[in-house]
Amino acid sequence: MSASSENSPRSLSGDDADGSFIRRIAEGVAARSPRAIGRAITIVEEGGPQADQLLTILDEAAPASDALTLGITGTGGAGKSTLAGRLVSCFRSAGHRVGLIAVDPSSPISGGAVLGDRIRMMRHACDPDVVIRSMASRGRLGGLSAATASAARIMKAAGCHPVLIETVGVGQAEFDIVRLADLTMLVMAPGLGDDIQAMKAGLLELTDMLVVNKGDLAGADILMREMEPIAHDRGKPLLKVSAKDGSGVDDLVREVFSLFRGMAESGRLEARRQRSSDAEALDWALEMAREELSQLLENQPDELKNCSPKKRAEAALFLLKTLKATM
Amino acid sequence: MQPVRKGRILIGKPGLDGHDRGAKVVARALSDAGFEVIYTGIRRTPEEIAAAAVQEDVDAVGISLLSGAHNVLFPAVLKALAAVGLGSVPVLGGGVIPDEDIPGLKALGIREIFTPGTPLSAVTEAFERAVTEYRQSEGR
Ligand SMILES: Nc1nc2c(ncn2[C@@H]2O[C@H](COP(=O)(O)OP(=O)(O)O)[C@@H](O)[C@H]2O)c(=O)[nH]1
Ligand SMILES: [Mg+2]
Repeated sequence: MSASSENSPRSLSGDDADGSFIRRIAEGVAARSPRAIGRAITIVEEGGPQADQLLTILDEAAPASDALTLGITGTGGAGKSTLAGRLVSCFRSAGHRVGLIAVDPSSPISGGAVLGDRIRMMRHACDPDVVIRSMASRGRLGGLSAATASAARIMKAAGCHPVLIETVGVGQAEFDIVRLADLTMLVMAPGLGDDIQAMKAGLLELTDMLVVNKGDLAGADILMREMEPIAHDRGKPLLKVSAKDGSGVDDLVREVFSLFRGMAESGRLEARRQRSSDAEALDWALEMAREELSQLLENQPDELKNCSPKKRAEAALFLLKTLKATM
Repeated sequence: MQPVRKGRILIGKPGLDGHDRGAKVVARALSDAGFEVIYTGIRRTPEEIAAAAVQEDVDAVGISLLSGAHNVLFPAVLKALAAVGLGSVPVLGGGVIPDEDIPGLKALGIREIFTPGTPLSAVTEAFERAVTEYRQSEGR
């Protein structure tokens, strides 16, 4: 590629014989180029060798920043996106450059998705220091949490601090994202039956702070009273906010930073990051083993194919182990 | 190898009118066809649409308009996209657009124009073609 094409959009296209494309992307991320950041996130989302290359270059160039990743979870309609937009405003007024990853479920049938969280954040659309990315929950190698973690890594490399991750609190994949964040808040709202759903889903245990949103609505105080003993028993902070009019959001931000400081000082942050790294590694390992195992199963001799699925699985696993041992 | 994902499309609605039923129907149809559709909501400026398209790294942009300002807003979106380095991303438009305006808009670089009554299948097929060609030309 000629030097003159360097500034054209084509210079960020994917034909890459010598790895210079990925290096250019990595440089662009460090230089906070929106185009490079956007491409980089797609590359890591799609996984594969280019993703590995890119993450390796970024890791070599600078250690992952210590930026806070903040998970925001809760039922659809609780006001997560609206609140995220408010939080972004707060962080911006405090001088932070902010990243936001909004995950929405994809259709199990088509694999497609309508990602609409940006609607609530358009006031930040032209702010160069707010990096927003919508993600669908399916359709990638290595699992959703790996993709989200990598996207957060890109945002951090592009100077974002903190990185917010919004996700609907249902399904295993979403649970994994909650676990990946340093700190998570469960957003509830009156009139959604959230409290019960959240308890069923176990999100109360997984999240670090409980937030009753839509504080401007009449039902909010009742929900607060319901949640108070629950929060108290678990030693979790409970806050009332209104993402609509902004009340309580400053207090919420103060609470977030105070919890984060406490975690960092007590060493809990480090332990948690180690756990989430373990979980991500397991995610990858399972994904990789999956391919190998499905091939082994496919190629099993006919007499095995007539055995029970469990027996076939054991045989495949045994073969895998033996193959690895002789390598 | 089959790509893991089919592609990403941004659906934006510039202009002042507040009706986004059509845009939402198209977004849903594209999602049913397997695309990840980023919907930005109504009353977006061309600059907001372009900034979102860059961050979301989309393979096509669809813009929907009812207000009759297409001869101003469609070119403005193209210009805003070019300004952020997305000059080659396919842009498809829909809305109440008189036949006589269509050749001019296409000459400016709007890849397809859909008017009321265009079957949804024709819309999704046009996006499929546009995304496939774009991804090929970008080496994706
Ligand atoms: N009254 C009121 N409505 C809110 C508040 N926050 C969000 N909403 C509304 O609740 C709906 C869902 O909000 P959204 O942020 O998209 O929720 P999400 O699905 O959790 O991301 C929208 O109609 C918002 O305008 C709030 O604090 N008060
Ligand atoms: Mg949302």
